[in-house]
Amino acid sequence: MGWNRKHLLGLEDLSREEIIELLDTAEGFREVSTRSVKKVPALRGRVVVNLFFEPSTRTRTSFELAGTRLSADVLNFSGSSSSTSKGEPLNDTARNIEAMGVDIVVVRHSCAGAAYQLAQVLECSVINAGDGAHEHPTQALLDIFTIRQRKPNFEGMKVAIVGDVSHSRVARSNIWGLQKLGAEVYAVGPSTLVPNGLAKLGVRVSHNLDDVLEEVDVFNMLRIQKERQEKGLFPTIREYAKLFGLNGERMKRVKEDAIVLHPGPINRGVELTPEVADGPRSVILDQVSNGLAVRMAALYLVGACAPQGGQAEMQRAGAGERLCRRSSSREDGCSTRRPVSTRSAISCSRMTGCSPWPRRPREERERTVLKKMRR
Amino acid sequence: MIDAAGLIVTPGLIDMHAHLREPGDEEEETIWSGSRAAVAGGITTVAAFPNTEPAVDNEASAEFVVLQSRRAGYANIFPVGTVTLRREGEELSEMAGLAKAGAVAFSDADRCLRSAEMMRRGLLYAKMFGRPVVAFCEDSDLRCGGVMNYGKVALRHGLPGIPAVSESIIVARDIGIAEITQGHLHIGQLSAAGSVALVKQGKEAGVMVTAEVTPHHFTLTDEACEYFDPNYKVLPPLRSQSDVEALLGGLRDGTIDAIVSAHAPHAAEEKAVEFVYAPFGVVGLETLFAASYTSLVEKHGFELLEVLAKLTINPARLLGLEAERGGLSPGKLADVAVFDIQTDRVIDPEGFESKGRNSCFGGLTMRGSTIHTFVAGRQVVSEGRVLGPSEETVAEH
Repeated sequence: MGWNRKHLLGLEDLSREEIIELLDTAEGFREVSTRSVKKVPALRGRVVVNLFFEPSTRTRTSFELAGTRLSADVLNFSGSSSSTSKGEPLNDTARNIEAMGVDIVVVRHSCAGAAYQLAQVLECSVINAGDGAHEHPTQALLDIFTIRQRKPNFEGMKVAIVGDVSHSRVARSNIWGLQKLGAEVYAVGPSTLVPNGLAKLGVRVSHNLDDVLEEVDVFNMLRIQKERQEKGLFPTIREYAKLFGLNGERMKRVKEDAIVLHPGPINRGVELTPEVADGPRSVILDQVSNGLAVRMAALYLVGACAPQGGQAEMQRAGAGERLCRRSSSREDGCSTRRPVSTRSAISCSRMTGCSPWPRRPREERERTVLKKMRR
Repeated sequence: MIDAAGLIVTPGLIDMHAHLREPGDEEEETIWSGSRAAVAGGITTVAAFPNTEPAVDNEASAEFVVLQSRRAGYANIFPVGTVTLRREGEELSEMAGLAKAGAVAFSDADRCLRSAEMMRRGLLYAKMFGRPVVAFCEDSDLRCGGVMNYGKVALRHGLPGIPAVSESIIVARDIGIAEITQGHLHIGQLSAAGSVALVKQGKEAGVMVTAEVTPHHFTLTDEACEYFDPNYKVLPPLRSQSDVEALLGGLRDGTIDAIVSAHAPHAAEEKAVEFVYAPFGVVGLETLFAASYTSLVEKHGFELLEVLAKLTINPARLLGLEAERGGLSPGKLADVAVFDIQTDRVIDPEGFESKGRNSCFGGLTMRGSTIHTFVAGRQVVSEGRVLGPSEETVAEH
């Protein structure tokens, strides 16, 4: 095992082992949030940019806090994802920001494939924070992490994703992640929003929530966008809530240990009635706090492979070297390219205050950036 | 005297579907650069589609295209006039004037005539001039903002899909209209199996319907869009393997009459954006023969002559040019191409004569490089190089 990906673009590309490593790493970071000083120096001196071309409060805040808790410098950049409104192409915007010496770009964009595109043109690491209806890997990871806390064995588990699966990146990432871990995924929703073609992806398609209510272990209730109704994909919100909303009545029929997830923000009374959203089966707030740990893990793991940049970074690198020498007697110390385990990385960085991975010389990095810009 | 030992000598190819962008989008292509690209691909006659700015919807615009073609002095560029004014689908354009200025066909290019009645009038009116109407078949409601084929790849990627039936239902509609008007309907860029079956059925019923296909539609599938590369974003979209097989079947049994490039150059910066925002289209003049030869003759066992007919005499007949072009018999113009079908060549878009680099065949190994091209007896390509100044100069008036 061992993480050696520079980017986190989607769960479809990841192996089962990589997903488990991410979850295990997140487990290690979850403990950090319980300390009185909620900060580790794992990414000290690193620069993380939240490049958000689509409005988002939750995901951006979560990434921002995750970066801060890893001691990275976090910048927020919000742009418009319409290609015409600003006149600057995505690649140019991203390269300009990268040229300031960025290590990790966290990107949210309304177009599927935007994160892939950036991973091809940028030198630094890219984390996909949602691209169109394609993937939203950290959201799915936090969903899976939350499920794992309650139900550690995914083999044979039945997870229903309920709602607008067709337009949902959360659904797609969940499908890949859950299937790799051995769960059976159901897609439940109106036939205009849950295409039968999903069966080709190994998903069980149902257009009747009541049919599957009693067999499902986990309900992941997707947020329904009002604009889908306005575009005529289903007749009314009222009818949607009636057919596909989880309410007290339906909760009486579900399995005793079934749990309910929602990526937020909830349309109360539509996907979930308040009694369900705030009820004992709901793990929605766990999702939020776990999101932080998962995003710390994502930043930390891709950060381990990220190339370096920036003057401040270089100065600190020198300082780090001295500190490293001091601790070089440690078996799992900073002399290795990557620490043996997250636990040791956290403790190692805590003790020595240095990042445990080597840096590429700045000149080398600048050369490649310039070459790219010229091209 | 040219030594063509080991090479094949063919009539100059006729590409009845290309977008040369002039007037209006000269940074993407000009008639000069497009003509050079054509002869570099062994193409001596090109039908230039009217989705220009302004659209070629009147006699003067059509004459401008002819004039620019003469100034360039490479391939013969024939204008395609619009069916409706400004390609808006509202009023017929002056087809008599367009035909007089040299238009060989009528088409609203990449806009489907939404009104069936407008298509009926267009086919009836074009019939007076003996020219076909080239239909772009797509129901825009069913397309619903789609950017690639509706299929597994689109579903996995969360990209809006264009269902194959959005093409077929318009093909069916237009064949029905061709039947009652007895006009010549030519279906542009077939992509779907259902459409091939409809054209075949129409032909069997005696409707004057003909069809064309591009090399990318019969060689690639929507799997090419796996990595969100805008160079595989075309309209109609690359479809599934079963559609590709149907297109090959249509080429084999004669349902599909012509192979065209649908050359659509775009500036690099236009294509270097998000897949969703990138414009549709790929260049194809310089790979038309190589891609057709390599795929059809070498891979699928077609007869060379069968393929050549779809690149020469068939399009000549469809455009009413067969008296002078499309063959090597006495009395015809000496439009000749010489190809090397033995040497492998890796397609390198950076070396194209076209201003567009948006090829979907870049990096592929193909056979069928152009060695020489002659237009009306004058050599314009020698040893694979286009003769003449390599930069466009201001034409003398």
